[in-house]
Amino acid sequence: MRSLQELLAEHPFFAGLDEDTVGMLVGCARNVHYRPGEYLFRQGDPADRFFVVRRGRVALDVHGPGRTEMVVDTVDEGGVVGWSWLVPPYRWFFDARATQEVSAVAVDASCLRDKCDQDPALGYALMQRVAGVMYQRLQSARIRLLDLYGTDRAG
Amino acid sequence: MPVDVADPATAAADALLPRPFRVVANRRETSDTVTLELEPLDGDGLAFAAGQFTMLQAFGVGEVPISISGDPARPGLLVHTIRDVGGVTRALCAAEVGDVLGARGPYGRGWGVSDARGGDVVVVAGGIGLAPLRAAVLEVVRARSGFGRVHVLYGARTEDDLLFGDDLEEWAAEPDTEVAVIVDRAATSWPGRVGLVTELVRAAAFDAPRTLALVCGPEVMMRFVGAELTARGVPASQVRLSLERNMRCGVGLCGHCQLREYLLCVDGPVLSLDAVRPQLGIREL
Ligand SMILES: Cc1cc2nc3c(=O)[nH]c(=O)nc-3n(C[C@H](O)[C@H](O)[C@H](O)COP(=O)(O)OP(=O)(O)OC[C@H]3O[C@@H](n4cnc5c(N)ncnc54)[C@H](O)[C@@H]3O)c2cc1C
Repeated sequence: MRSLQELLAEHPFFAGLDEDTVGMLVGCARNVHYRPGEYLFRQGDPADRFFVVRRGRVALDVHGPGRTEMVVDTVDEGGVVGWSWLVPPYRWFFDARATQEVSAVAVDASCLRDKCDQDPALGYALMQRVAGVMYQRLQSARIRLLDLYGTDRAG
Repeated sequence: MPVDVADPATAAADALLPRPFRVVANRRETSDTVTLELEPLDGDGLAFAAGQFTMLQAFGVGEVPISISGDPARPGLLVHTIRDVGGVTRALCAAEVGDVLGARGPYGRGWGVSDARGGDVVVVAGGIGLAPLRAAVLEVVRARSGFGRVHVLYGARTEDDLLFGDDLEEWAAEPDTEVAVIVDRAATSWPGRVGLVTELVRAAAFDAPRTLALVCGPEVMMRFVGAELTARGVPASQVRLSLERNMRCGVGLCGHCQLREYLLCVDGPVLSLDAVRPQLGIREL
């Protein structure tokens, strides 16, 4: 079985971090598994972790009163779920649901925030990675907002 | 006076004359898109290269450019997949088995699929853009061992808007072939991916310097996909896009589809990213 250190070091989200830095993160991390249909977290719950997806697929569902639930994003192997742990009030904004068998590493938020406070270089390296993920998601959401396939035509 | 067949004016007029084709099948793909199968009434079928189009005519209504979505190895059957967006496409979508439509062509430069031989092929389609790419994938699949890894990456609005479901399954069953689908948004019953087609490009494994990428979809999508492919290391000269600006004559006479020095109906619709990159960022030209 692979150690948590190896699992984190292999994950694209942590690419470029040296061994010692990954070693520090391991102290905040643990392996988690979900079956299809199980929730990693629910909207409104405290955002006390984030998830580094190693295998499977996680759907991010949004719902509101009187509206049917919708999947607005999925995260597959190599991706990361959750950034609400970074921003007050530290609550999830959506549901995260396993649509397949999911193996992930859950990283404890307060443990990680403490480490980042103690070591700003680690904090900066992590923030760069989180910002990269947020940037891609924002771009994806903005482009989909254009409803390209609905209004523009090509083919 | 006998007509001189070499007379350029007559030749040009002939090129603009549609041939009659009978509708032998009309298959509904989605709520607004159908696939028509047509057979010629007056002789041989249209030999075509994947990525070429015809000017398809609903008599009395009008004529529009439509890509050929059929199998290049079966020229006897002219296959078009058409989305109902306006007057002419509505009439074409409503054509019934037995009806006669006009077609002239095939026109334009296609994908040049054989240039990918020996290397990897990455096909990226958005929406109805899968129609001209279907012909390319069928060509690759027919000569599967001649190519390396093959990826078919397809983005659509919702699961109800997905075209060619049976084909996607068949292609996925080919060796070393990955078919990945992503939709803009979905009901919770959808087990697949939700997001943007660029995410599929990012996740796909291919040997970038030896990859030929074929891309068709809305221009904004092609701009982002082109950027993602080149960021992955695919040379811009090996990224081909089908640029489907409005066309009228189809044979380079009217200038309707001019894009800088290119007449898209004859120099295109397929052009490489390095040739058109400056234009892709520009609003309606
Ligand atoms: C080379 C080429 C290949 C094509 N292949 C296909 C195909 O395989 N299947 C298919 O369904 N369509 C295809 N198209 C698009 C098709 O030609 C147009 O949808 C059609 O001309 C619209 O005519 P209409 O009379 O039905 O609608 P119109 O009333 O003329 O137009 C309706 C709406 O569609 C917009 N529109 C028209 N043409 C285009 C275009 N080319 N791109 C973006 N928006 C457009 C108009 O601006 C208008 O908003 C292709 C176009 C080109 C140039």
